[in-house]
Amino acid sequence: MNALKQLFGGSLRQFGMLFVMVALAIFFHLLTGGLVITPTNLMNLLNGNSYILVLAIGMVMVIIIGHIDLSVGSVAAFVGIVVAITMRDWGIPWWVAFLLGLALGALCGAWQGFWVAYMGIPGFIVTLAGYMFFRGANQWVGKSLTVPVPTTFQYLGAGYLPEWGANTGMNNSTLLLGLASIAVLVWMQLSQRRALAKIGADVPPMSVTVTRLILVTIVIGYLTWMFGTGRPGSSFPVPGLILAALVILYSYITSRTIFGRHIYAVGGNRLAAELSGVNTRRTYFLVMMNMAMLSAFAGMMFVGRANASGPFDGVGWELDAIAAVFIGGAAVSGGVGTVVGSLIGGLVMAVLNNGLQLMSAGSDATQMIKGLVLLAAVALDVWQKSQNKPSITGLLFPSRKKEPGETPAPVTTTTSS
Amino acid sequence: MLDHTDAILEMKDIVKEFPGVRALDGVSLRVRRGEIHAICGENGAGKSTLMKVLSGVHPHGTYRGEIILEGKPAKFSNIRDSEGAGIVIIHQELALIPELSITENIFLGNEVRGRGGIDWLTARKRAKELMVRVGLHDDPDSQIKNLGVGKQQLVEIAKAISKNVSLLILDEPTAALNESDSAHLLDLIREFKSHGMTCIMISHKLNEIAAIADSITIIRDGHSVETINVPEGERVDEDRLIRGMVGRPLTSRFPEHTSNPGEVLLEVKDWTIRHPEVSERLVCKGSTFQIRRGEIVGFAGLMGAGRTELARSLFGRSYGRYVKGSMLLHGKEVSPKNVEQAIELGLAYVTEDRKVLGLNLLDAIRTTVVSADLPRISPRGVVDRNAEHVAAEKYRRELRIKTPSVNEGVMKLSGGNQQKVVVAKWLFTEPELLILDEPTRGIDVGAKYEMYGIMNSLAAAGKAIMMISSELPELLGTCDRIYTVSAGLITGCVDAKDATQEGLMRLMTLVPTNTTTAA
Ligand SMILES: Nc1ncnc2c1ncn2[C@@H]1O[C@H](COP(=O)(O)OP(=O)(O)OP(=O)(O)O)[C@@H](O)[C@H]1O
Ligand SMILES: [Mg+2]
Repeated sequence: MNALKQLFGGSLRQFGMLFVMVALAIFFHLLTGGLVITPTNLMNLLNGNSYILVLAIGMVMVIIIGHIDLSVGSVAAFVGIVVAITMRDWGIPWWVAFLLGLALGALCGAWQGFWVAYMGIPGFIVTLAGYMFFRGANQWVGKSLTVPVPTTFQYLGAGYLPEWGANTGMNNSTLLLGLASIAVLVWMQLSQRRALAKIGADVPPMSVTVTRLILVTIVIGYLTWMFGTGRPGSSFPVPGLILAALVILYSYITSRTIFGRHIYAVGGNRLAAELSGVNTRRTYFLVMMNMAMLSAFAGMMFVGRANASGPFDGVGWELDAIAAVFIGGAAVSGGVGTVVGSLIGGLVMAVLNNGLQLMSAGSDATQMIKGLVLLAAVALDVWQKSQNKPSITGLLFPSRKKEPGETPAPVTTTTSS
Repeated sequence: MLDHTDAILEMKDIVKEFPGVRALDGVSLRVRRGEIHAICGENGAGKSTLMKVLSGVHPHGTYRGEIILEGKPAKFSNIRDSEGAGIVIIHQELALIPELSITENIFLGNEVRGRGGIDWLTARKRAKELMVRVGLHDDPDSQIKNLGVGKQQLVEIAKAISKNVSLLILDEPTAALNESDSAHLLDLIREFKSHGMTCIMISHKLNEIAAIADSITIIRDGHSVETINVPEGERVDEDRLIRGMVGRPLTSRFPEHTSNPGEVLLEVKDWTIRHPEVSERLVCKGSTFQIRRGEIVGFAGLMGAGRTELARSLFGRSYGRYVKGSMLLHGKEVSPKNVEQAIELGLAYVTEDRKVLGLNLLDAIRTTVVSADLPRISPRGVVDRNAEHVAAEKYRRELRIKTPSVNEGVMKLSGGNQQKVVVAKWLFTEPELLILDEPTRGIDVGAKYEMYGIMNSLAAAGKAIMMISSELPELLGTCDRIYTVSAGLITGCVDAKDATQEGLMRLMTLVPTNTTTAA
């Protein structure tokens, strides 16, 4: 238990969820006779879920500040249709359309952020209004029709990395990506050790670092191999790459920047944050705006994957994103949650979905099971908090209870009167 | 009078561990029937934890050791159990619901049932009776949030005695109260005692302990050091308590302070502020005062006199609505419109209420310490975590914050150590003018001494300190000058050397006429 804790830093809970996800994948893999952990299925899994995971990144920030955003699916659909129509009618290149889409998302977000931050209306209400409004706007702009997008745009939602260079038996782009990630992680671990040593903080033993790096190398190596050896022309998918980039970027923003600190401060105790010089309104505004921009991004990824934008795009996305965030350990009352946790929460849902699908379970059973999983994950969290247990892993790997009398307590009691 | 052999409660060798800390390491406690038993010890010594063990907050099985109540072993698995056995605890932090009425709060979780729901009429009548017993003469329907802290504490006590209580535990009941409210509370406890109730009281105010306790148990670092039985009619020696708590004698309560005032740093003229909701009410009525570099200036006043309101309105207008008045820093007029600007100007305000206004309880110590001045350790908007660690460690050492690591959450700290974190957060901003609002509330004698020492060294470095405190001896012991505030008006300014408690009290209770008096 202690060794695990050292290995994974403080984030045992995330590790616990990661463990659940891997266990689920293996479970379904065995049950379906080897359909889950294959290159093609993993690519499908990423392609088919990355837009929800992109939403989860924004959603966790909204939930940390103590709000919720119900409008993400509608905003995604609205931006999707506008982008599709401008490309069709104006013939603008895909990247201009993409930037336009982001700008439009920002605008939608600014509108909602204004009401939340400066008018003090709860995010739930504002975005419920946005949920209706932007859905309507999608159908109004698109006349409830499906509008196809050019093939160049499809790269965003279903593209693969190019093939080049010598024949390594793998997709070389994927191979390069894998090697580069390993190199970066090794470098980061080592420089972190150096920094800790410099300020005289506790440095984890070298053996821990090395074990950690070996584990990470094995995992990344395995994934590289899986994604690199799919059918010809495939690789680590572009949506997955976009997702990875966004996760890294937003993890960094939330955990390392002043803005990130402000998000947690506002969510944890708004009054105290205000009295510490945090501009709470600006924080609310920016987080809501950012959410809508990520919704726009997700919407465009989906349009790229579906080759077209339609009137029912994005229906129910908000709930999937919210579920991912809560499975990922966020608190309803705000102030708690992480980007990586939400990513893992979303992946748990994705693997569950995928596995049930491959077992050809109907959508009825899938919905019921997903509902129960959400409830179980959060209930477990609540229960652990009330038990004063450190994390979900405490359950998976129960530590040996200390017996009374194991450590005799020195007693120094002198009584005078 | 007290029977030495008749113990109502015995706790034997209690050991309580939290992940990474052993909060109690073999504490024993023996409480005689009908006595007032005080517990004292430094911040984080384990006092609150011991009482939580006793009252079932930490249930049986999560600690080691034995509790014997009325001669029988007690194994409480929750608060209901302990209340059933006649133990009622009033926690360190008030646990009332601000939006509910006095009656509703008194019977919360213990509702008076009638046919078809709660019998509010009976409840109200009983609330009224209980309120009379604790000397609270308000409308039982008034909301808690409209009461001062002193009265809120009385509601807590009314709530406690509404249950069938034979052993009442009070965890720092007077920490937030001023002298007269405290005195009233102590009288109340004495009266309960005369009716045969046993009380355990935790306090950092040693004069109160000396005045009221029949016996005192001292706890240090999770060990019980000694129990002193005070003979009838005698007072325990406060220095002896300090020696027991700190482990060494403390020669004086206040460090030597030589005042060396320089140029005027802050000048406030005719400062007038409206109440944020009730717009016809003025909370500051034309306050005029100045603070020099190197000066520690006290602000004395009763609860509700408007000292906190004054301080917060100066601190980036974070309270009330500005009406008129000017504020000069280094002789230049400034008007910080929000807290961010106030911090930039070199102002810092240590809030009086740590849970509601001072801390994000979900946060870690290290991130809290730097939270009021992130830009300083964040080149290009990115927090330098090493600098953060270094800063947090520095203040942990200087203020002796008791924690296994600065990565711990502030939620896990004892009350006094949380207070130290709030102070650290504002010291980190390296302010020119430090406003302290009841900074020593709930912190132990040793830490108070260190706190005063820090104030002195800031003053010696040419900073200015505005100190709001309800403890007059503290103001007299640390300040150069003291302003008295009454009902939003500054009623006087006295040199601390010439001041007496009585003199200050007179000025603090002066009912101001319409003329604006200012020093
Ligand atoms: N829930 C908890 N989790 C971890 N540690 C805790 C928890 N509660 C208390 N502690 C630790 O136990 C020790 C004793 O805390 P306790 O609150 O009993 O102190 P105290 O004597 O009441 O101090 P104070 O005078 O500051 O209120 C402290 O070191 C504190 O950090
Ligand atoms: Mg305490």
